[in-house]
Amino acid sequence: MDYIKAFIIGGAICILGQILIDKTKLTSARILVAFVVLGVFLGGIGLYQPLVDFAGAGASVPLPGFGNLLARGVMEEVDRMGFIGILTGGLRASAAGIMAAVLFSFVAALVFEPKAK
Amino acid sequence: MPKRHGAQTVLFSNPVGITAAASIVGPKEGEGPLAARFDRIIQDPMFGTESWEKAESEFVKTAAEMAAEKARLSMDNLDYIIAGDLLNQSTGSIFGLRETMRPYLGIFGACSAMGEGMSIGGMLIDGGFASNVLCLASSHFCSAEKQFRFPLEFGSQRPPTSTWTVTGAAGVVLNNAASGQAITGCTTGKMIDMGVTDAHNMGAAMAGAAADTIVTHLNDTARKPDYYDLIITGDLGYVGKELLLELTKKQGHNIAANHKDCGIEIFDKDTQDTHSGGSGCACSGVVFASHFLEKMKSGELNKILFIPTGALMSPTTVQQGESIPSIAHAVIIENIQKG
Amino acid sequence: MNMSKKEYGDMVKKASPNSKIVANCIKAFAVGGTICTFGQGLYALCGALGASRDMQGMLVAISLIFLAVLVTGLGKYDDLVKFAGAGAGVPITGFANAVAAPAIEFKKEGYIMGVGAKMFLIAGPVIVYGTLSSMIVGLIYYFVR
Repeated sequence: MDYIKAFIIGGAICILGQILIDKTKLTSARILVAFVVLGVFLGGIGLYQPLVDFAGAGASVPLPGFGNLLARGVMEEVDRMGFIGILTGGLRASAAGIMAAVLFSFVAALVFEPKAK
Repeated sequence: MPKRHGAQTVLFSNPVGITAAASIVGPKEGEGPLAARFDRIIQDPMFGTESWEKAESEFVKTAAEMAAEKARLSMDNLDYIIAGDLLNQSTGSIFGLRETMRPYLGIFGACSAMGEGMSIGGMLIDGGFASNVLCLASSHFCSAEKQFRFPLEFGSQRPPTSTWTVTGAAGVVLNNAASGQAITGCTTGKMIDMGVTDAHNMGAAMAGAAADTIVTHLNDTARKPDYYDLIITGDLGYVGKELLLELTKKQGHNIAANHKDCGIEIFDKDTQDTHSGGSGCACSGVVFASHFLEKMKSGELNKILFIPTGALMSPTTVQQGESIPSIAHAVIIENIQKG
Repeated sequence: MNMSKKEYGDMVKKASPNSKIVANCIKAFAVGGTICTFGQGLYALCGALGASRDMQGMLVAISLIFLAVLVTGLGKYDDLVKFAGAGAGVPITGFANAVAAPAIEFKKEGYIMGVGAKMFLIAGPVIVYGTLSSMIVGLIYYFVR
């Protein structure tokens, strides 16, 4: 059942992205930004976490889930550290993902050559 | 007899011969419908170099050598080399030609480079300033994507109006002793901006310039479209062709019966996933130098109006929301009697 | 020629084929759903190995990023996006692709101004606006909690 929920919610979020691509001529970079920012604000007002609780990876793997992670991280950090948490919370929560992307991409640049299409 | 006719057209006193033309393309073009027509198909898109930019320069260098060889000329016989490409600071042309040690005129007219080069070359020869001129145009799908769009490995969907940059280079040698195929005049285009801002719809941006140049040419020369066996645009693609036919019709010239577009000819859109067609400086260059010039040599075509089209935008102007000015240069090419 | 930019814009719209939006959405749904389901499987796996809930989330993200960068390096991720559009672009794997692609492409310009400077060419804005908006959320939360 968890898998079906993940599939349907994850797929549905992607459909939303696809409609944006086909209907608005937004570039993919803009859509990535829009989805993360959307996730941050939905996370901030507590609307995204219930979706994650319901659909698991279906809501956390798409980019709004990354935004939700930033929002949750900043709020936890504010609880723990006070005002300075506003500055540190977001990056702290997303550090694993960002550093994984940096590390693996750097290694990929070492190993792989650009390929023609 | 005056050489200038009407607003933008010159007709040469003496036809300028096209002594030789060479075309060299990449693997995708080599799988297309014109594969058998090209002089060389290079299977390695990196062309033995280590970057896309160097590869494009290698295409230019090879096209230059092949064209000169076919014209039975050594590089030293060339009075001018005129070359254009799409990359910043004409990277493709300059680094492909830096060892030629011949007078070099670098031009930028985006994908209209071959039309611009042949116009300038023709005028240089008809003006008596040169005997042999080599015109080159090049583009490379990978270097163009890298500069104008995204890194190749980045995933994005190309909209149906987008075109596919042709990988390759073409060289055309012009000479003052005309026999066979010759340039008899040209209509230099002016920049036309139809207000199109979508960089994925260059056909739409360029259709206005192509229509303007064609209509101006016909008015300047008092010719009808059927004076030409074919009116051949550079890289409007399917979308641009439809718009061009409509625009010219609105101005009283129906060219539907004898219009062809190099961007449509070079790829098979159904099997090659090239959407609206081919584009890039090499597109009109290699299709003319192989396909259409051969048809003239065989006598299937006798008079053509060749109109490479260029979309004059940069990544910066697109990001700043500017619309895309475009240009089209028409070159008259006719079969003339030997003698 | 007398034609306003608006008139020409309408002509262009008529001449330009539209994207096949229904087919694109079905493909996006199928591939996006599959990536998320795969992520769900990774959650279960990490859970079975005894990882805490937060740790599970991180491990899943790291694994998916690793796989996406690998597929990007092999030159296949862009094919997947070409087919599935947002289905492969919107999951965290699309973010990883956006980081790895310029890193590989710009290695010819060297490791400092190429790989280093261009790595976040596309994904940089995601980090910038993601973290900035998290600060807004944090600021509001600080006063209303």
